[in-house]
Amino acid sequence: MSSNQVALWYLVASVLFILALKGLSHPESARRGNLFGMIGMAIAVLTTLTLAERYDLILLAILIGGAIGAVVARRVQMTQMPELVAAMHSLVGMAAVLIAVAVVNNPTAFDLPDPLPTGSRLELFIGTFVGAITFSGSVIAFGKLAGLGKHFRLFSSAPVVFKGQHLLNLVAALVMIGFGIAFFLAPREAQWPPFLVMTAIAFVLGVLIIIPIGGADMPVVISMLNSYSGWAAAGIGFSLGNSMLIIAGSLVGSSGAILSYIMCRAMNRSFFSVILGGFGGAEGQVAAGTGDKQVKSGSADDVAFLLGNAESVIVVPGYGLAVARAQHAVAEMVEKLIHKGVKVRYAIHPVAGRMPGHMNVLLAEAEVPYDQVFEMEDINSDFGTTDVAFVLGANDVVNPLAEQPGSPIHGMPILEAHKARTVLVNKRSMAAGYAGLDNPLFYMERTMMVFGDAKKVVEDIVKALE
Amino acid sequence: MTGTIDPTVVHLTVFVLAVFVGYHVVWNVTPALHTPLMSVTNAISSVIMVGAILAAGPGSFGFGSLLGAVAVGLVAINTFGGFLVTQRMLEMFKRKSKGDGK
Repeated sequence: MSSNQVALWYLVASVLFILALKGLSHPESARRGNLFGMIGMAIAVLTTLTLAERYDLILLAILIGGAIGAVVARRVQMTQMPELVAAMHSLVGMAAVLIAVAVVNNPTAFDLPDPLPTGSRLELFIGTFVGAITFSGSVIAFGKLAGLGKHFRLFSSAPVVFKGQHLLNLVAALVMIGFGIAFFLAPREAQWPPFLVMTAIAFVLGVLIIIPIGGADMPVVISMLNSYSGWAAAGIGFSLGNSMLIIAGSLVGSSGAILSYIMCRAMNRSFFSVILGGFGGAEGQVAAGTGDKQVKSGSADDVAFLLGNAESVIVVPGYGLAVARAQHAVAEMVEKLIHKGVKVRYAIHPVAGRMPGHMNVLLAEAEVPYDQVFEMEDINSDFGTTDVAFVLGANDVVNPLAEQPGSPIHGMPILEAHKARTVLVNKRSMAAGYAGLDNPLFYMERTMMVFGDAKKVVEDIVKALE
Repeated sequence: MTGTIDPTVVHLTVFVLAVFVGYHVVWNVTPALHTPLMSVTNAISSVIMVGAILAAGPGSFGFGSLLGAVAVGLVAINTFGGFLVTQRMLEMFKRKSKGDGK
């Protein structure tokens, strides 16, 4: 194939990638979008294969990797999606580094002049260090998400902080850039030492950047690494002079950046405060000073009675619901209520799960129709006219303290469950949420607490509804 | 103005325009599908495989071919895993169950 033909096929693939993302504007068009993505990828890979002189290694590698990917995609549980995504980011990062090393080793294989011009080396430097940071950062994020902190302290979901951390990161980054400059000034024979040192520092830097970030901020971290993996691909695209890689990488990079922004906004945290870390490890602390406040608690039967007699109900699910594997039971309860003529909807906070959109997928898996599920801005104004708000396994995202100036979470957008005529809250205990704050919602006159495991409680409610 | 345009400038043009396209397309993604968005972008970034294939492509086997082959294998996990898990998730998103919702 001529270079022009290759470039045109790459253009077709790029357009298909854009259509793949465009499809996600609605669940109905999303499946077709995903198909476009697959076709685009097939075109990209097949076109490139015509440029290769030997296929044995490549096809073997695709076969092995593809088989692993297919098995993982089928087996992975929806609660484990954040881990899977983190693991996949790390692979893109690693691939970027390997390709960069191959370019330095033999530029002619990529149709690049040997020795590499300084411009290409600058692009290669960027692609490599972003790739290396993506790889090691994603490995740490994966460990934190998979709860490997027990085995290895770097994976602890509590922030790992030490004195002089920021200074160390800054120095490491500057030294890395220094070696990067040395790399693109060095003559052909002396390229390897600065390149390798630069790459090694980038790997360490990826670890250093992610360890101080706490468990509660994982939705931001995972979006940020998503973004990095895209920029790494774009960087390699620049070094290879491949427009398709640049386009695909930029799409992914901007997507991850937007998701990071949305997650930060949903937690009312600035991007920098998340990156600098040291927040969100205080999960499970018992809220202090609850002694004098009275909590009204009831049984599953009481809840069933209130729900059954309501005209409208909004269910507010939090990640606690998924931890208790109660999604299916909740879906069954809602079906029963709808059957009785109650108007039931779900209200989803952007950070209800452990990654953007996670709770929607968990509910979809439990066969909850997506037209019963509403985003925060679409449903918040309806709480005031709703009979019952039923909060399941959520805490900080319904904490009215967010509306109070001076509170640590002031300004965080919340689901206004406290405005409903009656508020039902299911929790395992009175422990505070990620933010470590007490929640006045639990002590309101109109609130009834139902303590216990979410799955057990909801199953009891379903029985009582019959 | 004389001379040919440096390829890097062309690539920079492509890059800036692609970021704009990405920005507008992604803001239109419904928040309910942010998780599939992430898994599909993961699959799309595995197009970096193109570079890995070039590395593994030369007829004579060498250090570069080995690196390329390993990279192809690693990102192939993403390509297949990413698209298939996205498809699996999207198939879960149904409008109404059993026709009894109102």
